[in-house]
Amino acid sequence: MQTSAVVVGAGHAGLAMSRRLTERSIEHVVLDRGEVANSWRTQRWPSLRLLTPNWQTRLPGHGYAGDDPDGFMPVAQVVVTLTRYAGLIGAPVRTATTVRTVRTAPQGFQIQANDDVLYARAVVLATGACNRPAIPGVADAVPPSVTTLTPLTYRDPGQLPDGGVLVVGASATGVQLAGEIHRSGRPVTLAVGEHVRLPRSYRGRDIFWWLQATGLLAERYDQIDDLARARHLPSPQLTGTPHATTTDLNALTAQGVRIVGRLGRVIDGVAQFSGSLANTCTLADLKMNRLLNRADEWATASGLDDELPPPHRFAPTRVDPRSPLELDLSSGEITTVLWATGFRPDHSWLDIPVVRERTGHLRHDGGVVTSAPGLYVLGMPVLRTRASTYIHGAASDSEALAGHLHCFLSSQRRWQGIRLSALMWLSGRHRGRTGPTRRQRIQSTAGHMRLSPD
Amino acid sequence: MTITDRPVDNGVNVQALLGAREALSAAPEAAQFTWRASCTWRNGTHSRSTVAGFTGLGAEQQHRTTYEFDVDHPECFASEDNGATPVEYVLVGLVGGLTAGVAAVAQHRGIQLRSVTATIEGEMNVLGILGADPSVRNGFEAVTVRFTIDADGSREDLEALIAQSQKRSAVFDIVTNPTRVLVELA
Repeated sequence: MQTSAVVVGAGHAGLAMSRRLTERSIEHVVLDRGEVANSWRTQRWPSLRLLTPNWQTRLPGHGYAGDDPDGFMPVAQVVVTLTRYAGLIGAPVRTATTVRTVRTAPQGFQIQANDDVLYARAVVLATGACNRPAIPGVADAVPPSVTTLTPLTYRDPGQLPDGGVLVVGASATGVQLAGEIHRSGRPVTLAVGEHVRLPRSYRGRDIFWWLQATGLLAERYDQIDDLARARHLPSPQLTGTPHATTTDLNALTAQGVRIVGRLGRVIDGVAQFSGSLANTCTLADLKMNRLLNRADEWATASGLDDELPPPHRFAPTRVDPRSPLELDLSSGEITTVLWATGFRPDHSWLDIPVVRERTGHLRHDGGVVTSAPGLYVLGMPVLRTRASTYIHGAASDSEALAGHLHCFLSSQRRWQGIRLSALMWLSGRHRGRTGPTRRQRIQSTAGHMRLSPD
Repeated sequence: MTITDRPVDNGVNVQALLGAREALSAAPEAAQFTWRASCTWRNGTHSRSTVAGFTGLGAEQQHRTTYEFDVDHPECFASEDNGATPVEYVLVGLVGGLTAGVAAVAQHRGIQLRSVTATIEGEMNVLGILGADPSVRNGFEAVTVRFTIDADGSREDLEALIAQSQKRSAVFDIVTNPTRVLVELA
């Protein structure tokens, strides 16, 4: 089978792209190893809600129309929303289709999916940023008596044995699961490395309202000082809860969760934590306050100070100076270790080696894989703007990339036409007057253009 | 922050550091450094260490001169006190690294420093190294560094300076995080 574009992944990014391609009458197919919103169905714990408020959760041509714009969508509703969206836009999704390899071919790309071979002139990778858990090497040294799991396999505290739980990592995932597991009666120790502290709301508005209003989410990837760092920053310590509560480290401490430093190593069954916890927390507090300063400056400049409650600052993160530097994992006190240490995308099926950086990450310029013309990636953190990390970012990213893809296909067709004309001109000269007339050549070229899939 | 006409000059060549960061990101093998010291026992607890060369930027490098360090224990440990104790060298390394970081970060952020002083204290229960109490560790129980900084910056700016300096300090990382150490007989 041959088509113009293949989109790999039928999540929010792949569907947004499908809609953009349909708008441009570009023939395409969306492949997914499972169903629409597969990762949301199978790899997210049921209590998860989006970090972004409902009013912000929008897809191309589709905004939130429910009665709770300030709420946070539970994962089950995300599945419903995406499935409905796929039907609404008539996305040509092939479900239960696992892409095994994508490699370059003379006219674009060869995609092996299940046992079929597809050819496409453009490929959009929309498989997401969270395919595999990033588990540190220290995991190998955890005693076998301890149950270990990752956010991709975690469902609810009931699946954990009784006893203490060490949650490693204090991103959105880490703080959410630390709180949930601690509430189940299993005492939680949370190992905290570099993290991003954000209040759920500030001066009466959700933090995402501020991030959007101040223009921070719209910051472009090519205007960010340290892009690699921005792309690999842990997710902010936020939870989508029904009551919009803040789940920072102070809240967890108040709840009884024990906060320790970054997990360094495990030696003879003893976990060792970094002594840099105080500074790690200071850095996060300072960074949050810089953001709030920026928000206040924007509010003043926008004349909103009378409308909004007055500025204030949150209490600095309390660090217990006696927080332990060691924890014996073989004593029985800790029965489970949960690795909330981030995720990695999985592009192992991409058989185009030139596209990888030293770190194994895909090399791209705002989603355009320049070293492999016709290849695109979508739905990754800070892909084109800071909003790219969130669902609504795919709306503008897909617009930009579909535009680029459209130009690419058109230019490719033009070049094919020119190449063909040149060939015919050459062969015409070679054969003297017996070659095709100029009109015949044009017709032939036009015929080719019509025949090529659009 | 006081606005002055004079450009901020803390004596740190930030442009060179930023250039090095870019160049070394492109040539990661040159970023691999090996730092070295050698040590000769003199007598009793007294030893003398020297630092002369190191490897980095893909080549052998030399300090401007060879530096020597006498290491000993104090008289109250029945030693001759021919030099600072090993743990004091650790404190010197940590506070020196943090102070260098303060200057570099201040330069990068456009903060003119007038004076920077710091005191550093490491608390230790010597029952650990004496082997008298197995529940006491050999090393420091806690280390406290206190900076006094006179500079063109708000208190928040200066707090951010020392926070960033810790974040980028090699010695801070070495002291706060486990490091694999191998000691063998040649």
